[in-house]
Amino acid sequence: MSVASPGTVSAGERMSPLAVAPAPREALDADSREWLRSLRADGATRDDAIARLHALLLRGARFEVARRRPTLPHLHGDDLDDIANQAADDALVSVLARLEDFRGASRFTTWAYKFALYEAAAKLRKRAWQGREVPIEPEAWGVFSNAGLEPDAELEQSELLTTLQDAIRDVLTPHQRRVLVALALNGVPIDVLAERLSTTRGALYKTLHDARRKLRNHLQECGLSLDGRLEEEAD
Amino acid sequence: MERLEIQQALGRLLGPAGAEVGCDLCFDELDRYVELEVAGRDADAAVPGLRAHLEGCPACREEHESLRALVSSEQAL
Repeated sequence: MSVASPGTVSAGERMSPLAVAPAPREALDADSREWLRSLRADGATRDDAIARLHALLLRGARFEVARRRPTLPHLHGDDLDDIANQAADDALVSVLARLEDFRGASRFTTWAYKFALYEAAAKLRKRAWQGREVPIEPEAWGVFSNAGLEPDAELEQSELLTTLQDAIRDVLTPHQRRVLVALALNGVPIDVLAERLSTTRGALYKTLHDARRKLRNHLQECGLSLDGRLEEEAD
Repeated sequence: MERLEIQQALGRLLGPAGAEVGCDLCFDELDRYVELEVAGRDADAAVPGLRAHLEGCPACREEHESLRALVSSEQAL
């Protein structure tokens, strides 16, 4: 995955000048040490460790499938188990390829689980959108113009929404507009859009982030800062 | 469209206000972040910008929720 092949940090990955200090290299717990020792061994010891690792990843993938199952009524048990197995297989490849990246910032099992959850979640999102057209055109802008607002809030809200709609049309580049509309307005999952546009999840999120910054800056220039309202919404 | 729906739509369009990491760095740090959370420690201080990213990225948010749920359930055993 980048978050197309798990963990390759792409150019522009850091959205802003944040200092995320790498976790100090911790003294590994005994269980994590044993995982690393056996996975780096030769012969039967390594084969056995890989089999145990695959079983762990399959447990993680099945956990994710079970969590998402209510949102996937069209998928049957066999389909779901196939997805879990494929996710475990792909996660195993990623974990083994990145074994030297494990620095002990968490337990080995937690580190490995995230690969399985990632693969399962991405496969489920893609399956849910299989065969569906991905809406990347701005037809959904009408969602705002049809807003049935309460009269007391109408004036301020209308100005805000009109300014925002104009900004989406006039301030963003065509690519930023397509990505923003698809992801933020039409609810297309980011890995589904990344696959359709032959790009990566990280690159798409950077585009989305830049579009959002442009819109926020534009609203601020127009005296329409939204931070208070959005913080309420996020709580 | 009700006020809450509009606020939610605005939140999706405008994203988090604060500085945030991207999807790749989120993935790299997620295991550490979740273990700190589950241990009741200050995960946001250790990995600044990750919480904001989770607010702005539904896919990473789903994976964070799942990893936290999985680690919590295993610890409860």
